[in-house]
Amino acid sequence: MSDLASAPNAPWLERKGSREMILQAFVFVGLGLLAVLFLLPLLWMVSTSLKPIEETMKMPPTFIPTSPKWENFREAVQRIPFLRYFGNTVWVSVLGTVGVVISSSLVAYGFAFLRWPGRDLFFWLTVATMMIPFPVIMVPLYGVFRKFGMIGTLMPLWLPAWFGSAWDIFLMRQFFLGIPKDLLDAARIDGATEFQIWRKIVLPVAAPVMVVVGLFHVIYSWNDFLGPLLYLTKQEKYTLSLGLQFYQSQSGGTEWHLLMAASVLMVLPVLVLFLLGQRALIRGITMTGIKM
Amino acid sequence: MSPVAREPLSSRVGRAEFRWAMLFIAPWIIGFGVFLAYPVVVSLFYSFCEYSVLAKPVWIGAGNFRDLADDDVFWISLWNTFRFAAFALPLGMIFSLGLAAMLHICAIGRATFRAIFFLPSLVPVVANAIVWMWMFNGEYGLLNAGLKVFGQQGANWLGDPFWSMPALIFMGFWGVGGSIIIFLAAFQEVPVEMYEAAELDGASSWQKFWGVTVPLISPVIFFQLITGIIGVLQVFAAPYIMTGGGPMRRTLFYSMYLYDNAFRYLRMGYACAMAWILFLLILALTLVATKISARYVHYQGS
Repeated sequence: MSDLASAPNAPWLERKGSREMILQAFVFVGLGLLAVLFLLPLLWMVSTSLKPIEETMKMPPTFIPTSPKWENFREAVQRIPFLRYFGNTVWVSVLGTVGVVISSSLVAYGFAFLRWPGRDLFFWLTVATMMIPFPVIMVPLYGVFRKFGMIGTLMPLWLPAWFGSAWDIFLMRQFFLGIPKDLLDAARIDGATEFQIWRKIVLPVAAPVMVVVGLFHVIYSWNDFLGPLLYLTKQEKYTLSLGLQFYQSQSGGTEWHLLMAASVLMVLPVLVLFLLGQRALIRGITMTGIKM
Repeated sequence: MSPVAREPLSSRVGRAEFRWAMLFIAPWIIGFGVFLAYPVVVSLFYSFCEYSVLAKPVWIGAGNFRDLADDDVFWISLWNTFRFAAFALPLGMIFSLGLAAMLHICAIGRATFRAIFFLPSLVPVVANAIVWMWMFNGEYGLLNAGLKVFGQQGANWLGDPFWSMPALIFMGFWGVGGSIIIFLAAFQEVPVEMYEAAELDGASSWQKFWGVTVPLISPVIFFQLITGIIGVLQVFAAPYIMTGGGPMRRTLFYSMYLYDNAFRYLRMGYACAMAWILFLLILALTLVATKISARYVHYQGS
């Protein structure tokens, strides 16, 4: 898919010289103002993270800190076991993402390319489960992890990903169905096993959708709050989400400069991901929202 | 379809394909069973039980549901959730549709604007919540600083029984980036030819937008509505962190009360009963939305 941002603008718009110019000007100014409003909370976060505590309590506030206090970041990282939280979150994200990409692509291959009795029924059952709100399974799921002795460990946060996720299986199957069958049949005639076809043909061709699924899962793991809240009991196992919330509730909302510094550090990896993978993210969101 | 005739499943080759299929599907059979099907069935069972984790579940029939009917906090949380949904969902959709339309019109800098609107939707919910607590801060928050410029005295937004709910709804606009992307892509996928007939009739831009563009993307709008309903009724993390349900339970949402019942009061059966009611509500609302929009949603080729 080409990047739609470069597509020509509204074809339904009348091209009547001056009137269109005026409309364009209005829209541009409007978008500009809204863009500033959208960026404001992030800029305010960065601004506060660089202020000494007295300056956070100044009215009217200074938007650009009088002298940026970079030590806030060091202090925030030391105040909470930030690196530990960070490491835990990376661990959960990486293991979960690797798991979900491998397992979901295997399962999607089974749904898209192999014939077996009950396949379509099971597939639609899989799709239907996406309607089930999480609270329905929350309590028994907790029981499952308790039975496995995983409460208090990071495992409930990444292990399920290794057994596929309905959403990702669905997404990948849709993509796989667009791959020409001849490609697979040719390989079968050459004596390739299904596993070899999955690895050597389907995975490379499906790289774009793998990237999408992977990126979404990283962002999901980084974002997840309810999961850690349910399963993590010891502070040394906290993820960034839970750790930051814990610190927030402990500090009672006074050390805003440190809270903002920690928030900046939590958002930073997402920002990097956004800058590197914006195209894939947008492609993925478009895929899920339109190509159903 | 396939140029090569595939063997029937009963043949040797067919059986081999079946074995491969089971190998490929195996993770999901386990995942589906252990992390989905089993919890769903057990949850339904628990919803008719008294269950505190510490002791075995005891069957009490419809007891939980009867208790819920008499539980004021249950009704408060349901009402709060509906109030939130009734504003956040339609307003959010109109806002993102409007922004997408503006981006669609915009000829200069569209990619940049789109990126800016999209970025906040990626901010992790905890960071998002903490930043907005600071934005909404009654004494030193940016919002009140801005209001002061206009000579207005701002409230202590999140601590105010009236303003806490509007504040949470307002904050939600910040995260509509995903919808904007979807609507913009939908706008851009409308084939140019679709406008030709309208042009021959001498339709204005406004008429073409409402008469052609919007009907053609109505399936996308509908899909956003359905996923929106499912999502908005489960709102949890942001209010949990920002208000904890207060002040005076004004922002106590359904999922928060459900969570409290399950993991604070250890009334697991009661929580499961709540979860099933939520599920039925989502199904009912989805059905209603489908029925109502059937008249307006335009599927191409039908």
